[in-house]
Amino acid sequence: MIKILKCHKGVGPKVRGEALVADDNFSTRYDLDRIKGVFSRPQHKLAGKSYDQKILVLNTAKGGVASAWMLYEMAAQGITPKGILFNEANTILVQGAALANLAMCDRFEDGDITTLITSGQTIEIEPELGEVRILS
Amino acid sequence: MHLNDEEQAMLAGKYGKAKQWAIDHQLKVGSFFDATDMVSVSQAHMMADPESVGEAGVHFMESIANDGGRVAIPMITDPRGVDLNYYHPLGQTEGMANIERRFVAACESIGIMMTNTCVNYQTIMPPLLGDHVAYGDTGVVIYSNSVCGARSNFEGGPSALAAGLTGRTPRYGLHLDKNRQATKRFQVTSQPSELTDWGVLGAVIGRMAGSYWEVPVIEGIETVPTSDEMKHFGAAMASYGSTPLFHIVGITPEANDLAAVGGTALPSVKITDNDLSALRSDFGGKGDRPDVVVFAAPQLSIVEMEQVTKLVDGQNLKIPMIVCTSPQTYGDAKRMGFVSKIENAGGTVLEGTCFYQQGAREIGEANGWVRLLSNSAKIVNILGGYGYKPALASMKDCVAAAIEGKIN
Repeated sequence: MIKILKCHKGVGPKVRGEALVADDNFSTRYDLDRIKGVFSRPQHKLAGKSYDQKILVLNTAKGGVASAWMLYEMAAQGITPKGILFNEANTILVQGAALANLAMCDRFEDGDITTLITSGQTIEIEPELGEVRILS
Repeated sequence: MHLNDEEQAMLAGKYGKAKQWAIDHQLKVGSFFDATDMVSVSQAHMMADPESVGEAGVHFMESIANDGGRVAIPMITDPRGVDLNYYHPLGQTEGMANIERRFVAACESIGIMMTNTCVNYQTIMPPLLGDHVAYGDTGVVIYSNSVCGARSNFEGGPSALAAGLTGRTPRYGLHLDKNRQATKRFQVTSQPSELTDWGVLGAVIGRMAGSYWEVPVIEGIETVPTSDEMKHFGAAMASYGSTPLFHIVGITPEANDLAAVGGTALPSVKITDNDLSALRSDFGGKGDRPDVVVFAAPQLSIVEMEQVTKLVDGQNLKIPMIVCTSPQTYGDAKRMGFVSKIENAGGTVLEGTCFYQQGAREIGEANGWVRLLSNSAKIVNILGGYGYKPALASMKDCVAAAIEGKIN
């Protein structure tokens, strides 16, 4: 059965993909090896995991402003998440997603999104509607 | 989101493609954060180093320039990623330098002033209380909001550019009174005494605050800090917590007392010596030989340049030492003989860059640098993800390590 999670209206296109979930935060500069497409910061809960073509499900954004340009460059290189869901986004990640045309949503009605989705599930995001569907 | 007639005309393309992109981008971001309208801003400040911008970002900037984009307000830049007078010795490639050259050319064509600084509040034009601005460096934003009482969100490169082109930004986040009230209350029990202490305290509070939308109010600071101390405090807090605003009771301009920032009902959390030592313990390294000593993040003020100069003058450094400062400060430091004294001791002074924005991974690999020592709580936080083993010590101890070849 498809489970529907409602959230605030987001940015970016409708996408479908495999979820990669952690109760941790996110910065493209601090956490990623963007050439290999993996989480590189040893302390990150997804350290060593590939984020390429995944839908990341994380708590919030951290760190600096570089992520805005970096999301655009990652999209251009084709080694990029398909979308990102946060409990709470920060301004930088939303600005970057808007430029990169990356799907991004936050503020879920049912609570902590990192506990509502598990890694490996196939999910679909429809930012315009503020809706995430768990397909399997 | 309400757009006035001028903004509607921008969206319709009547002022050209560049402004049309800019207002459309602002509409998307503003809608995400429930902005109801735009607010005029007096300045924009853009972060853009070659590592984060990449080929795609340079191409984007060139298309804005080719579309006739011109800034509507004074717009300045954060540090560059390449000091074009000194990049081969660091192991930076011609490819990185070329991205830098193209980006600078596009910025100049758009009318952006290449100030290349993350301490514009010390060197260019500090904003005033209540001044709405669109700043694009976390250290700049947190200092300007907290110490100056200005109003800015973190504006990433694309959004700072959009604000420069339209002269406004969506009215959300810290442009609104309600989001500037304290949400977490901290009591300091040990007084910080030098820059790294302030950085560590900021880092601990940033970690505890934990989100862009939390506003810490801090009690217990007994003496008025210097601008450099606030710089390290804020930069570290923003780095560890993505925090854009803090208040210090009796010191920062919006917090004459606790009630002024709505903090009286908040539970108070003590910052203990254990909290401070736990953070420092992540960045130890006593007894190790550092591969490189770095003073950066944020760029050094003229006062810090003098302090480093006094510590290295007449010494012979065994370890490479890199000092990053703004072009404005560099000119003064050169004129006053600080640059030559640092260089005579074996150090390197870079102009208009900041080490972590320079392709730190490539520089580390090219030079075999792993154990990096700095007095910046911010830079040691960032560089763990870039293949370094960062260590933290005071400026004095960093210089001592560079002289002795060992962290004491």
